[in-house]
Amino acid sequence: MTATTSSDVRAPTHRFGALSRLLQRSEAAQGYALLSPVMIIMFAVLAAPLVLLALYSLWTQVGFTVDRTFTLDRYADAFTRDTYRELFLRTLWVSSLVTITTVLIAYPVAYYVVFHVKRNKFVWLVLLTIPFWTSYLLRIFAWKIVLGYGGVINASLMRVGIIDAPLEFLLYNPTAVVITLAHAYATFAILPIYVSLEKIDRSLLEAAADLGDGPWRRFWRITLPLSMPGVIAAAVVIFVPTTGDYVTPALLGGPKGVMIANMIQLQFGKINDWPMGAALAMSSIAMVAIITVFFVWALRYATGRIR
Amino acid sequence: MSEQAYIDIVGVTKRFAGGVKAVDNANLGIKRGEFFSLLGPSGCGKTTLLRMIAGFEFPSEGEIRIDGQNVEGVAANYRPTNMVFQSYAIFPHLNVRDNVAYGLRKDRLSRSELNKRVDEALNMVKLQGFGARQSSQLSGGQRQRVALARALIKRPKVLLLDEPLSALDKKLREEMQFELRQLQQNVGITFVFVTHDQEEALSLSDRVAVMFSGKILQVAGARQLYESPSSRAVADFIGSINFFPGVVKGIEGQEIVVEAEGLGLLRAPIAAGTGGASFKPGSAILVAIRPEKLSLSVEPPPGNAITVKGTVLTSAYLGDRSHYHVRIPGREAPVAVSGTQSARSLDVLHAHGTDIYLSVSGSSVILLPPD
Repeated sequence: MTATTSSDVRAPTHRFGALSRLLQRSEAAQGYALLSPVMIIMFAVLAAPLVLLALYSLWTQVGFTVDRTFTLDRYADAFTRDTYRELFLRTLWVSSLVTITTVLIAYPVAYYVVFHVKRNKFVWLVLLTIPFWTSYLLRIFAWKIVLGYGGVINASLMRVGIIDAPLEFLLYNPTAVVITLAHAYATFAILPIYVSLEKIDRSLLEAAADLGDGPWRRFWRITLPLSMPGVIAAAVVIFVPTTGDYVTPALLGGPKGVMIANMIQLQFGKINDWPMGAALAMSSIAMVAIITVFFVWALRYATGRIR
Repeated sequence: MSEQAYIDIVGVTKRFAGGVKAVDNANLGIKRGEFFSLLGPSGCGKTTLLRMIAGFEFPSEGEIRIDGQNVEGVAANYRPTNMVFQSYAIFPHLNVRDNVAYGLRKDRLSRSELNKRVDEALNMVKLQGFGARQSSQLSGGQRQRVALARALIKRPKVLLLDEPLSALDKKLREEMQFELRQLQQNVGITFVFVTHDQEEALSLSDRVAVMFSGKILQVAGARQLYESPSSRAVADFIGSINFFPGVVKGIEGQEIVVEAEGLGLLRAPIAAGTGGASFKPGSAILVAIRPEKLSLSVEPPPGNAITVKGTVLTSAYLGDRSHYHVRIPGREAPVAVSGTQSARSLDVLHAHGTDIYLSVSGSSVILLPPD
């Protein structure tokens, strides 16, 4: 550090001089630089396979080889064949049921923590994540034990003498799938609803009381509408992953509880018709995308009115 | 309390968890159609008292009667009161019209009757044509008007206002004060107004209750509060004032003789005594003088005003008046003096360290019990 002139200070001497100058000057460049690690992963493991999937969905399986002429026949199959249509509808039905059940279970819990827990709210929130402390698979097996033919529920009910034979509607059907998924996603639903309830200004509820509303009317006219953003966010968070869930229906659903994801897996596996599997996967993505757009629009609408 | 009181607050105490007394044995009678203010520093219990009238809090002891009805155990939604909240509490998911109509929906009015009432209410607060606005598009003053219309549309027996003007800027606040007073005179509803702003309370109200750490110290009109406060705390809270501790020497005719710190022997009319100050010779007494009652002069003033010699420490020019601090012998704290335009013509006052005569007429003195 002997002769530091002004020109020395200004001109960067390290190799990335030009790049760092660019980054300093442009906020957009900085943003892309920060995004790049994620972007690289997204392209490598998401966009590229997706392109491949899209290509496959336009091809045809002939015996053990694939005919690469473009055709929309697979999509026609996906939408017209009864098996697939039934699976799509069942997936929508089960996912909606899971979403509704979960929100209905989660709302009172979030409401209780927000309005009735006075101290240590944070402890409550941490306790609500306990189901996540064990793996997803273990939880599914746990439900199997609870709902099974000789499981906890059936055995206790029989011991007490309320039923003579095990209840069969508990396991290996859509009910089991709904129960298990609702439990798995409950925490995801509680948190956004909690946040939107917590944000409600208490003086609004007092104002409603002051203007003559009892507790029920206050809930319908103030609390529920103002917590709708949380409810819709919860619905998206539950609905989207549920449509693609394949482990739970495979293990607990039985023949009547199979969903579209199980069929896609079959196409890529035993049936060995990759183009058909790809077409089903693409259709499933499109279905979820359309419904999500609707949810996002609803969320915008709900939050736009609350500010 | 009195027979004709519209809101009767009898021995009301409110204890919060931990034993803190937010309101301590409050007794108050508010008359029908009165503009009544609860004034005090923050944390004095005025808002708690208001919330007990509204039904958001319930007294630990004592009772509240509104129009002769004991409201003990009556929830807020069944009380004949409506409130304007400090934050206005405008429902964010409803437009102005729906906000104003909120309290009427339950009454199952016909559509035309409902619309008529809403329009009336909007007119009353000068918000005609704003019905379709979303609450996020409203300014602070407009939000306040919506809150007023929403409460008044219920035609309550009592309108409760919790510092409704504190969120507005000074100019708007003065405008709204005027409008609020006019509105109250037009609708004739009893207003109970909570504020920590003494100017606001004095200028708006028929009567003011001054509260201090849960206790009601004095209930009186603006003039009486200012001219004859009943205690040191009230005198100190309302406006500014100089205190001179003293001792009663005796009574001569209609006058009482007091020896006060820095003022020496002075005579004041017996009527100057407020708050039950004892005039027994030898008892301690507090002489209180408002800054604007004191006058300054270069020559000793003629007549028999109480006069002491002092020196000007500081002076501040405030436009319509000037503030001075004057040091007088025998007293540590300087005396605050407020002079209007005429007194200021003496340029000499602006020079610090000037010798000056400080005088006050005996009838302008307030004699208070010591603490």
